[in-house]
Amino acid sequence: MTKKLTNTYLIPYVLWIGLFVIAPLAMVLYYSFFDIQGHFSFENYVRFFTPIYLRMTVSSIGYACLITFFTLLIAYPTAYLLTKMKNRRLWLMLIILPTWINVLLKAYAFIGLLSTYGPVDTLLALSGIGRKQILFTGFSFVFVSVYLFIPFMILPIYNSLEKLNNSFVEAAYDLGASAWATFRRVIFPLTLEGVKSGVQAVFIPALSLFMLTRLIAGNRVITLGTAIEEHFLVTQDWGMGATIAVFLILAMIVVMALMGKGWLKRW
Amino acid sequence: MKKLVVMLTAVLVMVLALALVSARLTGSTTKADSKTLTIYNWGDYIDPTLITKFEKQYGYRVIYQTFDSNEAMLTKIQQGGTSFDLIVPSDYMISKMRDEHLLLPINAKNVPNLKNIDSRFLNLSFDPNNHYSVPYFWGTVGIVYNPKMLGGSKITSWNDLWDKKYKNQILLVDSAREIVGMGLNSLHYSLNDTNKKHLEQTLQKLKKLKPNIKAIVGDENKLLLPRREAAIGVLWSGDAVEIMDENPELTYVIPKEGSNVWFDNMAIPKGATNKKGAEQFINFMLDPKNAAKNAEYVGYATPNRAAMRYLPKEIKDDKRFYPDKKLTDRLEVYENFSKPVNARINELFLEFKMSH
Repeated sequence: MTKKLTNTYLIPYVLWIGLFVIAPLAMVLYYSFFDIQGHFSFENYVRFFTPIYLRMTVSSIGYACLITFFTLLIAYPTAYLLTKMKNRRLWLMLIILPTWINVLLKAYAFIGLLSTYGPVDTLLALSGIGRKQILFTGFSFVFVSVYLFIPFMILPIYNSLEKLNNSFVEAAYDLGASAWATFRRVIFPLTLEGVKSGVQAVFIPALSLFMLTRLIAGNRVITLGTAIEEHFLVTQDWGMGATIAVFLILAMIVVMALMGKGWLKRW
Repeated sequence: MKKLVVMLTAVLVMVLALALVSARLTGSTTKADSKTLTIYNWGDYIDPTLITKFEKQYGYRVIYQTFDSNEAMLTKIQQGGTSFDLIVPSDYMISKMRDEHLLLPINAKNVPNLKNIDSRFLNLSFDPNNHYSVPYFWGTVGIVYNPKMLGGSKITSWNDLWDKKYKNQILLVDSAREIVGMGLNSLHYSLNDTNKKHLEQTLQKLKKLKPNIKAIVGDENKLLLPRREAAIGVLWSGDAVEIMDENPELTYVIPKEGSNVWFDNMAIPKGATNKKGAEQFINFMLDPKNAAKNAEYVGYATPNRAAMRYLPKEIKDDKRFYPDKKLTDRLEVYENFSKPVNARINELFLEFKMSH
């Protein structure tokens, strides 16, 4: 009886996974073996290893690393502070709130803020630093991306900090550990799971960012996401687009293997 | 447990209800009905009052849907299941769709107002004898710039853009065909040149322009250029009109080496359920007064000669947007590239974007 019931409960899950996870992945893989003329070939894979796509891959990974690093740098102390706050729910709410607004709207707002003669530029001019080009630079791209991803990093870290048993910290202090040693040897290792999920939640989407590369970086930053978009919408070279997507999926598996709870290592 | 069941049922009921409503809605819009006319056009590309006028005059109900690229429109028509009666593809797309048998011929007898179209815009290479299409608007690709920000310098050619004094001053439109075309033209090659060596030369030439480029953007250029984010923009003439409306400091020039002249055209796709209505609509839009009203609203140039009478002098005498035949003869229409050539052009553009 119970077995039967569990099986019935499995149906929606299996359907979901099959239709929306396995099938699309299989289709991406399938399309990647067809060249632009619709013939079966490995040409797309050969093309991926030409300098254009390799450089694009390197630059995507580089930017994704930078974005993840700075997001973590800001998110960890913020999450830690949050756990010490009085009105945690309110603060948490304020951090989540911006994610309710569409990313494109936020990007357009940043165009206004960062543009020449915009508020930030004017402030720099008034403060004596002088006008600087901010919009359409690698800096603005990383800055805006970090802004967008911060909530997704804070939440998992906050959760694991919440779960942290405070007696471990107290014990460390009692045994004479300095604040830094306590953090490095006790707090950080115990919240590593949260950091790992946060890194996953940021790094993978950061690899395939595409609208921001145009809106905020003015196409000065080119990621694999940009190329996929172009192949599907403009060139109609679905095969090449799918091939790049396959490599993104591979990158994702690598990241999960490095960060995951070891489910991959068991394979 | 009970709660979960209740919630799931509630969700299911809601989904069903929504599905029903949407089925009714789409059912009523796509029903093969001789009393409705479904138009598939670019966004913000018609004066809405003309649609109301047409509905009143002919007793049709018009459904107006929009697309934002020729390719997106093509994909939708190819996949079928839609019943658009009238579409507005650009030149090269007309020949592509004709070759793929996706267009129905237009019966010229039902469109007497075709006589209003300037003969120089009829019988063009992409549709000989206008069997399948009637020009709707036309325009060019060129340079919009702010002389005040450039200390009064004048730009007249593509090659002017390579001048070192314009460092970090140019916004390019994010479209492979336009930018590669600009490169080809700057080397005095044809826009439709697909010679490998010439394309390689073009890439090298474009790479040299990189220090002068501030960004490669889409429609945002209409926001950025009037606000003086950069002094120079490479874009379509219609966008230039909008930008100059907002900031009259700017001006537009068609470069002297040549450039692209493009046409958006009304056509009837395969699967149209109201061909008669579509032809009536084409004829209606070709009426001089209607065409003039539409041109004033949209800002692009009308190919309708008879409509010129009804346009304000400052619009129709503006040589920048209504260049005369002598100039347009030097401009080229895009030919439809094969998929591999198109892929090559796009990869070239990617390479250009990534260069420093």
